[in-house]
Amino acid sequence: MDGFIPPHALQPVPDVPVLEVKDLHTVFMTDSGPIHAVDGVSFTVGPGETLGIVGESGSGKSVTALSLMRLLEEPARIVGGSITFQGKDVLAMSRSELADWRGDRAAMVFQDPMTGLNPVIRILKQVTEHIVSHGRMKPAAARTRGIELLRRMGVAAPERAAASFPHEFSGGMRQRVMMAIGVANDPALLIADEPTTALDVTIQAQILDLLRGLNEEFGTAIVLISHDLGVIGTVCRRVAVMYAGEVVEEAVTAEVLADPRHPYAWALVNAVPRLDAPTGARLTSIEGTPPDALNPPKGCRFEPRCPFKIARCATDHPPLMEVAPGRRARCWVTADGRSLPRPTLPAAAEAEIPLLAEAPLLEARNVEKHFVLRRPSFMKPGLTVHAVNGVDIALHRRESLGVVGESGCGKSTLARLLTRLHEPTGGSVTFEGQDITHATPAAMRSLRPRLQMVFQDPYASLNPRMTIGDALAEPLLAHGRVPNRKAADERVRELLSTVGLKTSFASRYPHEFSGGQRQRVSIARALALNPSVVVADEPVSALDVNVQAQVLNLMLDLRQRLGLSYLFIAHDLAVVRAFCDRVAVMYLGRVVEEGPADDVLSRPLHPYTVALTSAIPEPGRQRVVLGGEPPSTLRLPRGCAFSARCPIAQPACEERPPLAEVAPGRKVACHFPGAFAPRTLSRLETVR
Amino acid sequence: MSATTATPVVLPPTRSRLRRRWKRYGPAWIGGAIVLAWILVAILAPWIAPYKPDAVDVTIRLQPPSWAHWMGTDTLGRDVFSRLLHGARLSLLAGFSVVLLGAALGTAIGIIAAWARGWWDEGLMRFTDLVLCFPPIILALAIAAALGIGPVNTILAMLVVWWPKFARLARALALVQRSQEYVEAATVLGLKPRRILVRHILPNTLGPLAVLVTLDLGNAILTFAGLSFLGLGVVPPIAEWGSMVAEGRELIEQWWVAAFPGLAILTVVVGFNFCGDGLRDWLDPKGRSR
Repeated sequence: MDGFIPPHALQPVPDVPVLEVKDLHTVFMTDSGPIHAVDGVSFTVGPGETLGIVGESGSGKSVTALSLMRLLEEPARIVGGSITFQGKDVLAMSRSELADWRGDRAAMVFQDPMTGLNPVIRILKQVTEHIVSHGRMKPAAARTRGIELLRRMGVAAPERAAASFPHEFSGGMRQRVMMAIGVANDPALLIADEPTTALDVTIQAQILDLLRGLNEEFGTAIVLISHDLGVIGTVCRRVAVMYAGEVVEEAVTAEVLADPRHPYAWALVNAVPRLDAPTGARLTSIEGTPPDALNPPKGCRFEPRCPFKIARCATDHPPLMEVAPGRRARCWVTADGRSLPRPTLPAAAEAEIPLLAEAPLLEARNVEKHFVLRRPSFMKPGLTVHAVNGVDIALHRRESLGVVGESGCGKSTLARLLTRLHEPTGGSVTFEGQDITHATPAAMRSLRPRLQMVFQDPYASLNPRMTIGDALAEPLLAHGRVPNRKAADERVRELLSTVGLKTSFASRYPHEFSGGQRQRVSIARALALNPSVVVADEPVSALDVNVQAQVLNLMLDLRQRLGLSYLFIAHDLAVVRAFCDRVAVMYLGRVVEEGPADDVLSRPLHPYTVALTSAIPEPGRQRVVLGGEPPSTLRLPRGCAFSARCPIAQPACEERPPLAEVAPGRKVACHFPGAFAPRTLSRLETVR
Repeated sequence: MSATTATPVVLPPTRSRLRRRWKRYGPAWIGGAIVLAWILVAILAPWIAPYKPDAVDVTIRLQPPSWAHWMGTDTLGRDVFSRLLHGARLSLLAGFSVVLLGAALGTAIGIIAAWARGWWDEGLMRFTDLVLCFPPIILALAIAAALGIGPVNTILAMLVVWWPKFARLARALALVQRSQEYVEAATVLGLKPRRILVRHILPNTLGPLAVLVTLDLGNAILTFAGLSFLGLGVVPPIAEWGSMVAEGRELIEQWWVAAFPGLAILTVVVGFNFCGDGLRDWLDPKGRSR
């Protein structure tokens, strides 16, 4: 190819590790005292190796990545240890040396593809900018290479894309551009900080494949940072698990997944709902929260939450010890090389029997929602976003119905139509037998207590200027459920203990809580008025896996104790499978498949569901990587909406398939249900 | 920190908390001190002023600053220092009443427009734009002239031109809050719109509005002094900074007559600006080290 990069003057010697970090300490100097965000982290990445760093938010994994590139700003400071890159001391580099080194020998890809690109510079310019500035190529040659790179990263029509601006691209496409920028100078090391967290599963699968390809073809060493062990498992051979600023376990990824030796790694591995787990089972979760960063415990930092702790853990801080050949863990319990026991699965909850024979509590018939956008210019007609295009859905008493799909498929809009936060453009919505399609706000107010909602973002769904107690008492007082404030406070305490929070929390403000605790408060608020239906819009997607498990368990408990019905919106299929009786899969504002959760997710009939289930980054899963992206909602395709991406599309798909019942309780909108079934499925069956 | 760390970690010496705070909020503290001093002066003026502000004594007219008259005397032999202290009352009162009333009115209009959307929003905002179209001082001048001379009329005139910027800002802030999930949550709980506006949206828009109010106080005092300078603010014997500057306008030799009230206006405006900047930094969550 034309865009051949001249070899580096200093070719890496195979034996010298690309990156060697020894006893790295990074501290945030705050007014309250120093916070040890990274506290003695060491690891080595050889040429062409892949290392994953995993941990929950606040574990120090992102600060580690920023420390490696020396991208930290005050008040953060590297106060100890060493970082060596191909034999050179990174911490001793001057500003200009750093500028030469970054983006040339070592590159970084960030989490948010929406803000990572400069909105006023054309794509190609952003890709070639540092090829030229690092003196690798003349501008003309760099342009050729830039387009070649975009093509390599799977950007469709790279010549045209090169002349576009970032806003013309979707998140997945932008992440590809970011990766093209990252690898433009053929770096020896690529650090990717949560590169797929903001993306949908099918797009995530594409990006992860790309990362793996880079490593295999060009021998680029990769450090991948993620909160998701599954993501790391698909790319990285080795993994370092971080907790409270320390590496607590380091080993081959497959070994950690199969036999974790640190209790925190154990909790991470087991808290993730898996597609092949039995339905209705509680998830394994550990209680508590990470230690106070200002004042970590004297002994093992995980000791307060550890289910396996022994006397020594409270007093002695364990070093990172070799527990098996090539495996290191920071734990006294497994120090002698023993494994941790498998989690005892809590007895599966008594299966709730949804009352399917009764008339549904909440029902939508052919409901539609179109948003008319502002006209882009005076001369052009207004555009219409077709968010929901004719959905039939029914939620029965004591049922838990999942709605899954990728971003933009209309699932959140559907939730807001059913709770009448939006007014439908067409179709009808009934709640408890009453038609609420066009009910007035005043009429809705009297129904709202029985139709509640839990929102996605635990940070945005609570009023920051109201104490938790006030927020919970407000609906009670407004609806006259309690005679006075004293009685309201009584009920608030009851609600807080229902969701597993301390009653003393009532006087605190939302910012004093963690994400999981806030989500519990949101659930308590939804329960305040004794609802019969709770619509939950991605209630756990913003939470760490362990907290996610806690919240899901709580919701399962509440369903049983209070006889609730849930409409559960999610993008995570495994979560839906763990939580729901029935599931509806949405694509481009329509339901494409519906049926019992277990059935649909283990024996999907619609090709889209097949692709979705296979895209989940569970280790050992063979994937169908879907090409392309969902079509625009501005202009709906006339035929089957999925046909453009469908691996088995045929001429018949020009006509839109209806959602037809193919077996009792199972509906599919496909002309060829079940025709697309890759080997993945048989594999899944053997696991079960 | 941890005993088992291989190498001892030496933390860099940190600047003391006080010094970091000072670097960040020093000007705000100075501004706050100036503003507080002027407020005290305004309240205590009758007790701390050495002379009565309207005590005419033509035998000592246009005396330069001396021990008896710290800031000299004006054309009617009145003590400039005493008039300055008394003048603070009217200037600050006018500034506070214009800004606070203007902010209240503007915020109410802005929040209602943001909540109602549609025609109400269009109507209210186009009316706001209409008022914003006119140069504020000129419009206030015309209104004040029509209403007649006097502090209350001048304040009313300023109020007419003062609310639109608050309406604009409040609407923008309320639109942001309106799309937050906690407002949706309040709707789902079946709360009435008025309650949502007052208990949820309003408290969350107050931060940036408070910054604008503080920054604007100096501006309002300046405008009020300007209108007085043009002869609209106060009826002559009353002490007011703008009219005092106007009196000294033609007295080049007797600089003290105009310079001291001018200095008073300067310090109060700078004080409020420092306060507003500090408040903005403090409310900005980014870069605010806890």
